[in-house]
Amino acid sequence: MPGLEDLYREIILDHYRSPRNRGELESPPAVRVEGFNPLCGDEIVVTLDVEDGVLADIKIAGTGCSISQSSASLMSAAVKGKPLDQVRGLIATFKGMMSIHESTLPSNGAGGEPVEAPEPEAIDVDALGELAALQGVVKFPVRIKCATLSWNTLTQGLDEVGVPA
Amino acid sequence: MAELTPATTEPSLDAATLAKDFPLLAREVHGRRITYLDSAASSQRPTAVLDAMREYDETTHANVHRGVYSIAEEATRRFEAARANVGRFIGAPHPAREIVFTKNATEALNLVAHAWGRTHLQRGDVVVLTEMEHHANIVPWHMLAAERGIELRWLPIDDDGRLVLDDLDRVLDGAKVLGITCMSNVLGTLNPVAELSAAAHAAGAVVVADACQSVPHLPTDVTALGVDLLAFSAHKMLGPTGIGVLWGRESLLESLPPFLGGGEMILDVRKDGFTPNDIPWRFEAGTPPITEAIGLGAAVDYLDAVGMEAVRAHEIALTGYALGALGDRFGDDIRIFGPPEAEARGGVISFAFRDIHPHDISQILDEYGVCVRAGHHCAKPLMRRLGVNATARASLALYNDEHDVDSLVEALDAAGRFFA
Repeated sequence: MPGLEDLYREIILDHYRSPRNRGELESPPAVRVEGFNPLCGDEIVVTLDVEDGVLADIKIAGTGCSISQSSASLMSAAVKGKPLDQVRGLIATFKGMMSIHESTLPSNGAGGEPVEAPEPEAIDVDALGELAALQGVVKFPVRIKCATLSWNTLTQGLDEVGVPA
Repeated sequence: MAELTPATTEPSLDAATLAKDFPLLAREVHGRRITYLDSAASSQRPTAVLDAMREYDETTHANVHRGVYSIAEEATRRFEAARANVGRFIGAPHPAREIVFTKNATEALNLVAHAWGRTHLQRGDVVVLTEMEHHANIVPWHMLAAERGIELRWLPIDDDGRLVLDDLDRVLDGAKVLGITCMSNVLGTLNPVAELSAAAHAAGAVVVADACQSVPHLPTDVTALGVDLLAFSAHKMLGPTGIGVLWGRESLLESLPPFLGGGEMILDVRKDGFTPNDIPWRFEAGTPPITEAIGLGAAVDYLDAVGMEAVRAHEIALTGYALGALGDRFGDDIRIFGPPEAEARGGVISFAFRDIHPHDISQILDEYGVCVRAGHHCAKPLMRRLGVNATARASLALYNDEHDVDSLVEALDAAGRFFA
């Protein structure tokens, strides 16, 4: 049975206590997207500036649990200043690490048997840097939606800007 | 509710002994004895309920109201006996005719909005709801509002989670429906249902009560409550999932058209139409949850044997103990929602603890075998009124004791240290 230390890594707690890139960019010109987790009522607001094929700036607002907040903070630090194709690639890698498709998850508070984390070879964890700390979330299926909330919201924002998927 | 049981200093039931009747409560989680504090979401089932369902399945099962052979007749008799038993348990004047079995309480409330609402409500009509309703007594009315332009009006709550009734007459003026929860699934607040029913009737409104949280925890008498329709769920009162109950005043049920169409709910079907069945079967299209009805009947027998007065007295004492223990240990670090007096509420204790998110609280508590709910509890309008996205919620039942509350306090303390 997975332990709490698998979930609450030190990096996660650090980003939870001291979130990076907090706030909102002025919108417009920034694109503003809201995300909701119907399970817990958490809300997240992602504002982003896209300039010359680069995610020039990003800020995160809203409230949520330590996993959703730290994931959003880690994400903002990882994608800020990156070319858009790299951002898309990082999103894909991160969601790959979350291994099981969210559409198969219970969305209404139901639990489930913990599932095994994906084989390390299956994804390029090295490319994720600090984000790899969120790998343990996979062992707590109910919390995966917390970890992916900000990423799905960012994806929605990129779609709105018309960034190729 | 107006008819509160007086507090007693000594619990009049022995929760630790009762807990032995519930097999699940013997299991361990993360190497610790489970502390189950989520009965407001779903209660555990005693062996008596599990055995009754198994015994029925092994000895009697056949479809009801159809066969003429012996076990079919027996199954029908036992199914209808369970119905009458449930009706008697809540003081129904006509237990055999006024109890409708549904899939759950949500379906029961949808039945009301659909069958009663579509018959009686037109554009501009007013439905009054309280700010503390569960989504199940909100969304069906929203759907009707979208369909036919009815107006939803809201009875507000104060900062202690009590209904504000100063403006009641104005809010009820012209109302056709008052939808009200007997006991809040978030705040624990016991509402003055009898008083509100009288006011609603004076205004010409029908009263639709959500009794999911009250029926399992205190004596219920639909006549004393004065409501017209009342919904509750078996799985919150020691029974199985898959079956809910709608009680309706006989004359009112008789005036209602069917809800779902199919077998069982008809007397006759022709190429040019159909004739609906008598109540309560008119509202029970298709094969009903038979085994579940047997289980619900056994749950009612179990609660009767313990005695609902004793259950209520126990839960007042234990709620008082929990409110005291949490307040003493955590002081300003904990914010408990709802009325501060145990007598004014049920054993549902929602709280905010420091600035730790309810999800994280629930996760740490699980490590200690303590099961509490975290989320919006299907009451988002109430969450907005409280100014939170979610709360953690510990809820008590007849099988919980002070030891369970102590485990909650210790685990919360650990959560506080973890996120310090």
